Amino acid sequence: MNFKKKGGVSHSIPTGSMADITFLLLIFFMVSTVFVRYRVTGIIMPKAEKIEELKKRRHINYLWVSADRKIYIDDKLANLDQVAGIFYDRRVKDPRMVVSLKCDYRAPYGLISRVMEELREADALRINFATNREG
Amino acid sequence: MALQRREKSSPEIPTGSMADIVFLLLVFFLVTTTMNQDKGIGMHLPPAGESKKIQKKNICNVWVNIDGEILINLEQSVPLNLLRADIEQRLAQNEKLIVSLKADEETPYEKFIDVLDEIKLSGADKISLASPSE
Repeated sequence: MNFKKKGGVSHSIPTGSMADITFLLLIFFMVSTVFVRYRVTGIIMPKAEKIEELKKRRHINYLWVSADRKIYIDDKLANLDQVAGIFYDRRVKDPRMVVSLKCDYRAPYGLISRVMEELREADALRINFATNREG
Repeated sequence: MALQRREKSSPEIPTGSMADIVFLLLVFFLVTTTMNQDKGIGMHLPPAGESKKIQKKNICNVWVNIDGEILINLEQSVPLNLLRADIEQRLAQNEKLIVSLKADEETPYEKFIDVLDEIKLSGADKISLASPSE
């Protein structure tokens, strides 16, 4: 009797398309990566549940209020009376501007309220109280 | 004199290490990518100088003091966990209700956000932020 040899199964994993897959992943990450533009250290934001995400990053302007009552616009230190002027100019350039208020959880509400008054003066009416997601 | 033949160089670009380079780049982007988007509680401020007369029955005043204690219409103290239900009940009775939130000058921002969050969660869409000096 003539026994046939079983066909050998190849043990190697095909790696020919590995580079293509990696390229695809690389392109995905390159497109979706957003680098943090401004960062003010030492500011811990409060947490909230009913939050919404801001979509168009190019319309977002940042205003930071630290626990020691300092105001930063983007990441530069500013006085309260400068806020209206700076944001008025930005509002003229970009009517769809949104101001993201990144305030420390210990910052006094009185100062934040005065900042909001300045923003009203500058006609920058769309604001967002930046918070982290609860839980 | 014996002339040596020059070795012919291969005209191909070596692509063997391409996958390694791409992997390296991929790892870099994987590590540096932050998917965090800007998020928070959105508000629309009224234009400067604009003031509207609102009937007293359509306003619900919510005060927050420096310790985070909440007082509704200057008569009823409400703990934070019951605030949502309270506002929901008031909204059910009056659809035109405007919630006016007023915090003390020195109230920490966190307490203000906690209360604002609860008001938003109750479904109130007409929220007014009164300045502490008013």
